[in-house]
Amino acid sequence: MRGKIQSAALAAIMVCAGAANAQDIGKAAPMFDLPSSGAKNVRLADLKGRVVYVDFWASWCAPCKQSFPWMNEMQAKYGPKGLTIIGVNLDKKREDADKFLAGTPANFTVAYDATGKVAEVYQPKGMPTSFLIGADGKVRAMHVGFRDGDREKLESELAAAVTAAARK
Amino acid sequence: MTGRWIVAAAAALLVCGCSTVQPWQKGNLAKPEMAFDPDVLEARFADHTYFSKEAASGGAGVGGGGCGCN
Repeated sequence: MRGKIQSAALAAIMVCAGAANAQDIGKAAPMFDLPSSGAKNVRLADLKGRVVYVDFWASWCAPCKQSFPWMNEMQAKYGPKGLTIIGVNLDKKREDADKFLAGTPANFTVAYDATGKVAEVYQPKGMPTSFLIGADGKVRAMHVGFRDGDREKLESELAAAVTAAARK
Repeated sequence: MTGRWIVAAAAALLVCGCSTVQPWQKGNLAKPEMAFDPDVLEARFADHTYFSKEAASGGAGVGGGGCGCN
């Protein structure tokens, strides 16, 4: 009886704590399948062999707005070399995202995760948070926030991932 | 025994009260009407006047020389 109570309490604590799935560098990136701005869903599984930069953003996040021109630039520069940028939108209302995108165009794939199910798995620690996934499907780097000084470091990580993918 | 169950259930319920707002769920908190000062410029201005009248400067993020001219 006592064991049962203890295990029930433990289970309750585990369910409520729930933050045990933060991303680890070097582990395989969890798969996702989300509606996108295009006709087809965005599926991480379809992008095997490409370097994928997954960026979690929302319309209410100011630094996200600053990151968009940079991501457009990176998509243009490294896209032909095997990079795919996916901006995962976490707005509850699609129209908020649409309004944001009208003023801040995205020349990369935008996926919509209104319920936050993919965010639950990836556990972004702030907004925006980006995950760099190598061509082997493993998480190479994680980055929280977007400041002007971050551009160089982020780009060098992207370049390294693309180079590593090309070597194989 | 029932008492124990009640205690365990109450404890489990209390633990569930410790929910955290995840970073991606802060859309409502980021709304302008949730800010302490809706108008930053106006708040700065009011602060400036306030510390001038109180004859004490600083503490509001605006520097002053203590000459009474700020």
